[in-house]
Amino acid sequence: MRALTWHGKHDVRVDSVPDPEIINPRDAIIRITSTAICGSDLHLYDGYIPSMKAGDILGHEFMGEVVETGAGSTLKKGMRVVVPFTISCGSCFHCSKHQYSACDNELPADNQDIAQPIYGQPMAGLFGYSHMTGGYAGGQAEYVRVPFSDVGPIVIPDGVDDDKVLFLSDILPTGWMAAENAQIEPGDTVAVWGCGPVGLFAVQSAFLMGAERVIAIDHFPHRLELAARFGAETINYEQTKTYDALMEMTGGIGPDACIDAVGLEAHGFFADNVWDQIKVSTFLGTDRAHSIRQAIVACRKGGRISMPAVYGGFVDKFPLGALMEKGLTLKTGQTHVQHYLPALLNAVMEDKIDTTFLISHRMPLEDAAEGYRLFHDHQNEVTKVVLKPGMDRSPNEESRHGIQ
Amino acid sequence: MGDTQTSQRSDDAPLSTSKDDRREQVRAALVDPKGDTLVGKTVTINRPRAELYAFWRDFTNLPQFMENVVSVEPVGEGRTHWTVKAPAGKTVEWTSAVTEDQPDQSIAWASEEGADVANSGRVEFRDAPGGRGTWVSVTILYDPPGGVIGKVIAKMFQREPAIQARRDLRRFKQLMETGEIATSAFTRQQHEEEM
Ligand SMILES: NC(=O)c1ccc[n+]([C@@H]2O[C@H](COP(=O)([O-])OP(=O)(O)OC[C@H]3O[C@@H](n4cnc5c(N)ncnc54)[C@H](O)[C@@H]3O)[C@@H](O)[C@H]2O)c1
Ligand SMILES: [Zn+2]
Ligand SMILES: [Zn+2]
Repeated sequence: MRALTWHGKHDVRVDSVPDPEIINPRDAIIRITSTAICGSDLHLYDGYIPSMKAGDILGHEFMGEVVETGAGSTLKKGMRVVVPFTISCGSCFHCSKHQYSACDNELPADNQDIAQPIYGQPMAGLFGYSHMTGGYAGGQAEYVRVPFSDVGPIVIPDGVDDDKVLFLSDILPTGWMAAENAQIEPGDTVAVWGCGPVGLFAVQSAFLMGAERVIAIDHFPHRLELAARFGAETINYEQTKTYDALMEMTGGIGPDACIDAVGLEAHGFFADNVWDQIKVSTFLGTDRAHSIRQAIVACRKGGRISMPAVYGGFVDKFPLGALMEKGLTLKTGQTHVQHYLPALLNAVMEDKIDTTFLISHRMPLEDAAEGYRLFHDHQNEVTKVVLKPGMDRSPNEESRHGIQ
Repeated sequence: MGDTQTSQRSDDAPLSTSKDDRREQVRAALVDPKGDTLVGKTVTINRPRAELYAFWRDFTNLPQFMENVVSVEPVGEGRTHWTVKAPAGKTVEWTSAVTEDQPDQSIAWASEEGADVANSGRVEFRDAPGGRGTWVSVTILYDPPGGVIGKVIAKMFQREPAIQARRDLRRFKQLMETGEIATSAFTRQQHEEEM
């Protein structure tokens, strides 16, 4: 089959690789019909995530048709399913508490040793996201092997378009859990750092959960425009002093809840960022953590910080004192996707949440490397790239995408 | 606990986590201990004690999750013959006898005279607090093949017993909780090469 494979920093290629097969009883093989490139994939593309190997197949946001099942799978051939990016067994203690991304059993025993010394416990098992998370082949491919297929995938009713439900795989539940972790109360003002897919779904979710105001922060005008379309007030941090603006816009109190939907690649010329970047580039290895620092400092006393954004290692100059002295609550984690799927599928079907607005580009899988380049280089215009393995390649690709 | 005890033990942590050498105390807790290097590990498994005990008590099941154990054959009178992978494509063998057997609670075994690697072990099954299933604790004592050098070589091959025991216990948990052992292989050929 054809698949998008990782070969190093800014080097991804569509290669021919062997077709996946059923190995364990609970496996299923899915023929991919739609698969998206995620902001998290850019961390791999930029070489920020350790334990990658040349040839690894990327992709953790995907859906398709069941073509083969193991004896223990509850899926049937021909079913259309969306697959959560987190792999979970459904039978361990953590799964029984619906902490699916903390599952004990989805990581091969040997891979569990990679993260344990740094994190104290092994990491979650994810598709297409380095060997620290299991080394599972991802879904930017024609086919994928899905372990524990009786627990993860959600069946999509006929007649519902791929584009409408694809984001159930990751970014929609991630934005939703981000808002849930912000423990929003009526009358709250919620500030969201980052208007990428996760931030934009967090904006929609925050309003659905009763926020009175949402303030969205980014520097891409088009992304801020999308946030405004859902009713958010906006701050462009390139033109505005974010902290000062947040204080003025909340009558000096600060936002009740702050959501960091940026993560370890925070952009911008801030003193702490420059310091972080020097350390990263000299392999002293601390994450670029400007947005979470700012969220903690801006948050009102007794407020809540929700951090869906991904960090991998250590952070310098973390405002631990502000967190303590102001009595803040910090909640974070990889999304417990399986927990949210049934309710969110309903919300999407009932048009309570808009999903398709996000897709700026649809391309054939063969053009995936170009998709990465576009997403990486043109974040203002390119909000989400969806790859369709079945789609024809058009002769004048560039003109169709509108940007080079 | 009086002061006289404190030199031996002043907290509730397992002996295997002690900063000091506690091998003698571990040996004292075993019937007929064999070997001198200590490995100890506990894992929580979300299954009833009796089920885990029964699976382990049939030693021929162990190769399903003990990666370097090639086979365990019954040889009569409750004894079993073990064939185990060693570095550089070799295997080592021994015959073990059960030295302790408390149904649904614990099993201990020790190698007999003439073992390639003298070893003994004990597995204990306890109810986990809060209804979380069972705590499975494994203690292994062994004489590294070829002494220290053998251990260094074994380490290079990632078959160092401490690592092996940790990974084997994870596989035991996976098998008992999910009915299968997790792998990221995506073709059967890859899967076989991993084994
Ligand atoms: N917790 C999870 O399970 C989970 C799942 C998916 C994604 N994520 C993470 O969520 C984060 C966002 O994902 P995404 O797909 O929306 O990414 P994205 O890269 O598309 O969006 C990030 C946005 O943040 C903006 N930004 C950069 N620096 C900023 C700053 N200093 N202040 C404010 N905004 C800034 C960027 O302009 C961009 O629009 C990433 O870290 C991703 O890895 C987490
Ligand atoms: Zn994603
Ligand atoms: Zn689990």
